[in-house]
Amino acid sequence: MINTMECAVDAQSLISISLRKIHNSRTQRGGIKLHKNLLVSYVLRNARQVYMNEKYAEIYRMQQYEEVMTVCNEIQELNPLDLAEDCEEQSGDCCGNDGVSEPASLCCALLPVSHLTAVQSAHIQAPSACSAPLSLQSDEVCKETEPSFYRSCCAEAYPVSNCDFSPVNNNLHCNKTTVLDLDTHVVTTVENGYLHQDCCASFQQCCQGAQSPAKKRKVDFEYYISDIEEVPDFTPCKRAKFEDCSYANSEHLDTSNISNLISIFGSGFSGLVSRQADFEQAMNGQFCSKQALASLGAWTRAIVAF
Amino acid sequence: MAGAGGGGNDVQWCFSQVKGAIDDDVAEADIISTVEFNHSGELLATGDKGGRVVIFQQELESKSQPQCRGEYNVYSTFQSHEPEFDYLKSLEIEEKINKIRWLPQKNAAQFLLSTNDKTIKLWKISERDKRPEGYNLKEEDGRYRDPTTVTKLRVPVFQPMDLMVEASPRRVFANAHTYHINSISVNSDCETYLSADDLRINLWNLEITDRSFNIVDIKPANMEELTEVITAAEFHPNQCNTFVYSSSKGTIRLCDMRASALCDQHSKLFEEPEDPSNRSFFSEIISSISDVKFSHSGRYMMTRDYLTVKIWDLNMESRPVETYQVHEYLRSKLCSLYENDCIFDKFECCWNGNDSVVMTGSYNNFFRMFDRGYRQDVTLEASRESSKPRSVLKPRKVCTGGKRKKDEISVDSLDFNKKILHTAWHPQDNIIAVATTNNLYIFQDRL
Repeated sequence: MINTMECAVDAQSLISISLRKIHNSRTQRGGIKLHKNLLVSYVLRNARQVYMNEKYAEIYRMQQYEEVMTVCNEIQELNPLDLAEDCEEQSGDCCGNDGVSEPASLCCALLPVSHLTAVQSAHIQAPSACSAPLSLQSDEVCKETEPSFYRSCCAEAYPVSNCDFSPVNNNLHCNKTTVLDLDTHVVTTVENGYLHQDCCASFQQCCQGAQSPAKKRKVDFEYYISDIEEVPDFTPCKRAKFEDCSYANSEHLDTSNISNLISIFGSGFSGLVSRQADFEQAMNGQFCSKQALASLGAWTRAIVAF
Repeated sequence: MAGAGGGGNDVQWCFSQVKGAIDDDVAEADIISTVEFNHSGELLATGDKGGRVVIFQQELESKSQPQCRGEYNVYSTFQSHEPEFDYLKSLEIEEKINKIRWLPQKNAAQFLLSTNDKTIKLWKISERDKRPEGYNLKEEDGRYRDPTTVTKLRVPVFQPMDLMVEASPRRVFANAHTYHINSISVNSDCETYLSADDLRINLWNLEITDRSFNIVDIKPANMEELTEVITAAEFHPNQCNTFVYSSSKGTIRLCDMRASALCDQHSKLFEEPEDPSNRSFFSEIISSISDVKFSHSGRYMMTRDYLTVKIWDLNMESRPVETYQVHEYLRSKLCSLYENDCIFDKFECCWNGNDSVVMTGSYNNFFRMFDRGYRQDVTLEASRESSKPRSVLKPRKVCTGGKRKKDEISVDSLDFNKKILHTAWHPQDNIIAVATTNNLYIFQDRL
């Protein structure tokens, strides 16, 4: 786990600092220093991992909360009395079933790859642990929520086959959402009292195949591409269902940019090369990611020219 | 606090000399970029960013003061490399001298290799203290005489003259490196040497300039897959078939040239597993090895990364046998050091003559010595303030937290612009040369 507490500079500013360094290296005397730029690319990758995971977790929390609140509001209008009883029941069940403890690593935002298998197996074995749940409407939400909603949590085939889609079981299982990021092979668990019951939908529902990873990735980069200095705007996703959210915000989405960003911020130099880069934007001193990519492309061409 | 020195724990280091301009306004060309004693220790060479080489020679011990070691005075100065421009790639090639390596002395002349980013040169430094006089066809001032005025013949004779030290380039080894040369190392066979850049290592014969053998090539087929570069390389001091190279990933590979022509496959891989609790954004940067040096015995090698010095036994690949913290207090400052680029500083390290003490530089013009036998370490400072002749250097201490004691300096007060990257230890005596930005300090132990 990367110790992000070590300095006041966060992942976002590290990314801009690193991009600035790469840009400046193009004009340094003596030519591009391969070693230094390689090291900077590692910092970029590390910062990107942390940034993406933080953002993804935040996005997911916001989505969950929004959906829950929307449904809760609807339900409250229908039957406020029934709700109160169920809530107490559910809370009791939930909090009483904390016999199985989760390994601490599941809650980490960032895990070294070596922990991945442990995490996956741990999760298979102990899906029933409960956190302090906001479980008021877990029962109804489980029933009411559309299947498409479940797509959001699962970046890939979720190896939990013993999750029933019954309310009780859902309550037991589903206070954590664990997502495997195919790109970085990082497992993220979102668990903070919001309802996460969708994570343990049945295997078939969870796995919408290749669709899910792509969607998830698009969401990530959609928020990333916008100016680094700005806080990403979650509004589009809040209002729409998750499946729509992926395709929204098209003014920021540029497929070639995304694929280039993906390749750019991978590890080593695979993270800093844009195959189809054709950025003609002039550098204006503002190091938002799009403009910085223009310099990266040219720099890479210089490297390849060796 | 006893000083760490060779062979004992009671060595006290004294200021001897300082070379270079006194004023604080440092010209970039004067920044020292390499320091190296020759094999006898009589000569001390420095290279700077301006492409110049300055050689100091130790004076013979004077008869009147037999206890004092001789001083080092300027022996020769010459321009080794000039700035160049690669028109094909539109790249300027810096004239900065990256490394100097002396050849073992075979005759009256001295030879050294100096390299910048792209070109290695073999320089011959020779003395001339006699000159021929009495030419038949030339006047003493060099003008040619009218042959018709020559009436008799005489044999020219050598007459003594003021000592003149001449440096002449004997070989130029060019056009063999696409990337920036970081190391050169003369083989113990005294016939070959290696040069290493970021991705390749070439083997040269000292006599042949138009050909070199490529013995290591880590360039991937697709540059996008590049994950590490070569950071330093050195021949084994005794075995002419063995060399090592270090990487930016913190690994060292030992290669045997007898195994195959291309030494991409290592014979040994030295690597210490990373401590996961220390993982940070900058883990890759601080694990990059900046220098690797064999011990004189050839049994050990030392590596320097950003925060530590590690001693490896060539017989054990799994982990170093000794690890010394140079400035662990910087671990919490890595973010700031990344912003101001200090985290990319490449510190060198060196052994003393009998491999009992190792030395390396730090910030604030501090340098550190680690006595391997007595398990002691000391921090000393190279500064003008402690530059009175034969004054004993006082050990320094960095306060890492809590209450700062008197004479301690806090981490936040360290001057990161004053860094000691290059140090050298006399091969036989306790004399050390420590390079600050543009000054060369010479210290010796108190006799």
